[in-house]
Amino acid sequence: MAEHHVHCVVNGAKQRGIVESRTTLADFLREGLGLTGTHLACEHGVCGACTVLVDGKAVRACLMLAVQADGHEVTTVEGIASPDGTLSPVQQAFVDCHGLQCGFCTPGFVVSVTSFLEANPDPTEAEIREGISGNLCRCTGYQGIVEAVKLAAARMRDGAGVGQ
Amino acid sequence: MSAPAAGRYVGQSVHRKEDPRLLTGHGRYIDDVVLPRLLHAAFVRSDLPSAVIRSIDTRAALELEGVVAVLTGADLNPGAGTLQPSMMAENPDAIVPPLKPLADGDVRFVGDPVAVVIAESRAIAEDAVELVDVDYEPREAVASMEAAIADGAPVVHPELGSNVAMDIALPENPELEAAFASAAHVVTERLVQHRHTPVPMETRGIVASYDRVTDQLEVWLSTQGPHEARRAFSRVAGIPERHVHVRMGDVGGGFGQKFFTPREEQTIVCVAKHLGASVKWIEDRRENLLASNHARSDIATVSVALDAEGHILGMKFDHLEEAGAWPVGGTGGTGPFAAMLLPGPYKVPKVWWRSRVVWTNTCGRGAYRGPWMFESVAREEIMDFAARASGIDPLELRRRNVVADDAQPFTTATGMTFDRVTPATTLEQAARVLGYDDFRAQQASARAEGRLLGLGIGLYIEPTSTPAATLGVEAATVRVESGGGVTVFLGTAAHGQSIETTMAQVVAEHLGVDYDDVKVVQGDTDRTPFGGGTGGSRTAVIAGNATREAALKVRDMVVEVAAHMLEAAPEDLEVAEGRIAVRGTPVRNVSLADVAAAVHNAGTGLPSDTPRLLEATGRYETPSPTWSNACHICTVEVHPVTGQVEILRYVVSEDCGRMLNPMVVEGQVHGGVVQGIGGVLYEHFVYDESGNPLTTTFLDYLLPTAAESPRIEIDHVVTDGPNPSGVKGMGEGGAIGSVPAVFNAVADALAQVGATVTEQPLTPVRLVEALEAVGA
Ligand code: FES
Ligand code: FES
Repeated sequence: MAEHHVHCVVNGAKQRGIVESRTTLADFLREGLGLTGTHLACEHGVCGACTVLVDGKAVRACLMLAVQADGHEVTTVEGIASPDGTLSPVQQAFVDCHGLQCGFCTPGFVVSVTSFLEANPDPTEAEIREGISGNLCRCTGYQGIVEAVKLAAARMRDGAGVGQ
Repeated sequence: MSAPAAGRYVGQSVHRKEDPRLLTGHGRYIDDVVLPRLLHAAFVRSDLPSAVIRSIDTRAALELEGVVAVLTGADLNPGAGTLQPSMMAENPDAIVPPLKPLADGDVRFVGDPVAVVIAESRAIAEDAVELVDVDYEPREAVASMEAAIADGAPVVHPELGSNVAMDIALPENPELEAAFASAAHVVTERLVQHRHTPVPMETRGIVASYDRVTDQLEVWLSTQGPHEARRAFSRVAGIPERHVHVRMGDVGGGFGQKFFTPREEQTIVCVAKHLGASVKWIEDRRENLLASNHARSDIATVSVALDAEGHILGMKFDHLEEAGAWPVGGTGGTGPFAAMLLPGPYKVPKVWWRSRVVWTNTCGRGAYRGPWMFESVAREEIMDFAARASGIDPLELRRRNVVADDAQPFTTATGMTFDRVTPATTLEQAARVLGYDDFRAQQASARAEGRLLGLGIGLYIEPTSTPAATLGVEAATVRVESGGGVTVFLGTAAHGQSIETTMAQVVAEHLGVDYDDVKVVQGDTDRTPFGGGTGGSRTAVIAGNATREAALKVRDMVVEVAAHMLEAAPEDLEVAEGRIAVRGTPVRNVSLADVAAAVHNAGTGLPSDTPRLLEATGRYETPSPTWSNACHICTVEVHPVTGQVEILRYVVSEDCGRMLNPMVVEGQVHGGVVQGIGGVLYEHFVYDESGNPLTTTFLDYLLPTAAESPRIEIDHVVTDGPNPSGVKGMGEGGAIGSVPAVFNAVADALAQVGATVTEQPLTPVRLVEALEAVGA
């Protein structure tokens, strides 16, 4: 099995590793770097649990190979809160609106919503529901999540900024 | 009914203790557990629904670099104990098929584990799975209940001799027959609920580590019941219970699928023992859809007889329940329990039922949020058929038959005694919140424009915290630590239910400390009291009352010590927010930390009869099921050309007694409702006629997303539950009431043009066909 060196910046820190060609970005983050916040719930690109930001854009880490991340910047859920642990406006809104129960889908939602609100800071409810429809949650019925996105959007428009 | 005043913590929507770690990627789920020299497992599974295994050639797999072992039934089955859960293992009359860790000479469904590969990485293990060569001699399979009970059908389990696992019926009732004969209206329908599956977002998984020298088994597990798992592992591997330590971290949902201890987890424990090694198995999504216990799959012929005024005279219920090949937890179904709950919230003077459970060559059945809930599907659907047949509005028909709040205790014709339930009140509240009459007017005017709107009601009474063996009791230990912090140890197993939050609220309330000073420990068989697991809507009632009792006991101990320190009588002291003060003289006080220091240090002058430790255990045993109830009303628009269903409004009125945390209660309802909607409209696990599964990815097995899910409006009726906390269970209810509500709404829309549906799922194709059948 061919092996490759990967150099990338993850959550602001330089990282390197040796991976097989077939190693996904998700497996590299979880097993190579120990960043287990990125979850795998389908490994076939449907559920969104594995969503991370690559150069600021939301991607499914189960569908991207680790070698493709060489030379790029990756942000995982571990990189969303402030270094002192203060939750980002999106994360805080999930607390306030009961946007999570078991928490397994949550990292994917936090990352997706962070990216969604950057592109659309003042979404309608229909836009929110459409915007998060690439992420599956089996616990919340999405109601708390939709409320959280609304609250985060309102707070960020009031000047808090997306915490990253 | 007015809500009782909330406490300082109990009854408040406090923020969850679980959230910060889960939101920042710091949770610890099963796949996050790593041990030194950890090996990885992957299963070789049958791709035939029924076949004899002629041979298994593992040589090529064993030659692959990084493969440690390839084990088959010949390696693991001899000497393995029963794989059945305790309630079946300890019941000599239980109906159980001959389940072994791995296939024992033949396979009985697509997905049956035939061999297990152990390798240095999961990727290598999966590569090696492809190299294991199994030679099968195919047999004819039965892939549906009707095929299985047909004359001459191939038998799924030759050892059992028949595809009917159970057949129980009440004797014919001449009075009921007479009532049917004299009825103004008799309605009979064959109602079908299709197969779907729980689909927790985190699949199943286990890490098992066995040490041959100490005979010690350490297990990390994604589970709803670590204590039951410990008993199961002890039985299957023949290791004394005290040498088995089961832990769980965060668990990404279960919905019943992780309640008992499934076969693969037990097999991995056998592997760890066989190899004397540490082994990890993480189920992938295909395996989860293919081979983790499925749910539902029921067919019933249901009849109801009404008098001319619409009063129910009797019901009949002939029920077929599909067990699959290897159900989890006995037959995996509920059989007679569903029949006994059939009358639900209505006065039904006479009931006849027959309950059959059928083996098929499909994935086994298991628990899923409200395992017995087909009774609500059958009853609420037939009520709407009866409403249409009699010309009585469905809300009005329910009003005429519902058990009044003040007519309780009420015993049904099937022997269930309900008390403190409010089906009539929730029915009216939901109808009021929805604006029932306005909707009917809107429906009529939409019809005039050629549009199809519909309304459906789901009214039910739900047994929660049922007193069955280990499920009827819990213990909780509350301890004040040496520095004054408080820890509560529980046998519960949260996987999304916010138990760390709600049980901390209970302790803070009754011990008199700050919520932030309470920590909840659960999911560790070496540290916590035994518990039956989290499921069956049992935690708030049973663990909650045990926790309350423990907190009150510790409060008494704290007061006793503080009384010595303050030279006051215990009855003159009050405890609040971690301070113990003399009532009326608040300057005379000590903190809980002071009391803890006095107990934990020498030379503090405490008399020998004061408590030696600030620790106590409470226990609560539920004497009967705690009945909860709710009414769901859903309105929909069915697109007449595409068959697409849009949910317009969704209203829930529910009574789960006093709420520990209303935010958590509503979150449970939201999640349950959307699971029910998914079940009726989208989710369908499909087998073809020969037993081949067709829906083993999320591209074929469709889950509802935010775009299809409605906003859910919830109102509460609060009637104290029959226990010291006044709570009732509620975790499953959302997934019960939603199914008939959504089904009835679509059926109501179709009925306006004479179209009929009796089978779920209500896919666009089925609806278009129903409309075309009447030329609409
Ligand atoms: S795990 Fe990547 S989309 Fe599901
Ligand atoms: S919170 Fe459990 S899957 Fe979303």
